[in-house]
Amino acid sequence: MKKDEMNEQIAQIDKAMRLGNEGLSDDQKAYFCDQRPERIDPYHGILERFANWARAESLWILGFGTGCGAIELRPLMTSRYDMYRYGIQPRPTPRQAGVFVIGGYASVKTMKRIVRSYEQMQGPKFVLGLGSCTINGGMYWDSYNTINRLDHYIPVDIYIAGCMPRPEALLAGFNRLKEMIKAGQCDGMNSYAENFDWYKKNQKQIIKHWNMPDYNW
Amino acid sequence: MRTQLQQVSTRFSITLIDELAPERDDLLFVQVEKDQAVPFLTWLQELAGYTHLVFFTAVDFIEEGYFQLTYMVHDYSTHQDLAVLLKLDREDPVVESIHHLWPHAATYQQEMYEMYGIEFPGSPRLHDDFVLEGWDDLPPMRRDFDTRQYSEDTYFPRGGRKSRDTAEYMKEQLYPGEAETW
Repeated sequence: MKKDEMNEQIAQIDKAMRLGNEGLSDDQKAYFCDQRPERIDPYHGILERFANWARAESLWILGFGTGCGAIELRPLMTSRYDMYRYGIQPRPTPRQAGVFVIGGYASVKTMKRIVRSYEQMQGPKFVLGLGSCTINGGMYWDSYNTINRLDHYIPVDIYIAGCMPRPEALLAGFNRLKEMIKAGQCDGMNSYAENFDWYKKNQKQIIKHWNMPDYNW
Repeated sequence: MRTQLQQVSTRFSITLIDELAPERDDLLFVQVEKDQAVPFLTWLQELAGYTHLVFFTAVDFIEEGYFQLTYMVHDYSTHQDLAVLLKLDREDPVVESIHHLWPHAATYQQEMYEMYGIEFPGSPRLHDDFVLEGWDDLPPMRRDFDTRQYSEDTYFPRGGRKSRDTAEYMKEQLYPGEAETW
């Protein structure tokens, strides 16, 4: 009897900890995970330093040009700027990528895809906000359809100011990101997991037509 | 083309507007009444040779209280453009659909429904989301929609930097003791 009560309590707590997935229909809910993201503690000492060195030297960016700033990524690939010498290369899917470059303005419609892609990326993951639009809205600061501050929706590790920033500025930003990763300062994934409810509240405030799971594993 | 239009001007109750593009010979503007718009466009497409709909758009004239719809049609044989203007009451924005004449007009109409709230009864996919997903406010391209207010309420505006008078700031920061003597 007592054991049953305890089991029931555990089941209730477990249910409260799980995500509602209210945007999905009942038959869709079976296909998606309802677990919340959790904090993953870093290793300690030389192991973590080695891992950070390895992460910093193989920045694989997600090939998702979310705004006009994505045009600055093309010259980076070619021989003049040649980002491959820094270990940076584009990947076609979020599952293989570690860096998300938000290229300029993000409309609400794109924001939905950005959130979904960001959550599908494998950790540790880093976000690089490119251009003024990600910082304060830039020239679209009073638009009805573009967000003003990217860091209210996903955690951002580094911003590159400018409209548009030159490829040199982008390379400088990538190198700064490398230093930050090596120093162990880029912890965006954990801050997303810890402030998950706040990020979800902000995302749902602008994405009215929410027809995806609350966390896209 | 001008004579041809003048011949049918009483039939479709149209008026030619000359002052809008006086420098171009290949562009004419025509004002049409709401109930005569689709018959006139049908005549243009079937008999007058204007087979191509270049664009179809709306402008909000809030001070005069109407939407101005522009149907821009093109004649490939003479390379003439013709803009058909239609004034539509802002309070009752319902107009006949032209998707049966040009199927791609349905997309323009879908966009105009979303951006201006203009109804085109019978137009396919009219009430589907076009660009804005789940929009629940006033249609954003209407001029009585305050886009700045909406942005400030919704998108967490970041406060701007404080701007200073450079000379005063230098006096205060670099020469605090001598500031009074300047």
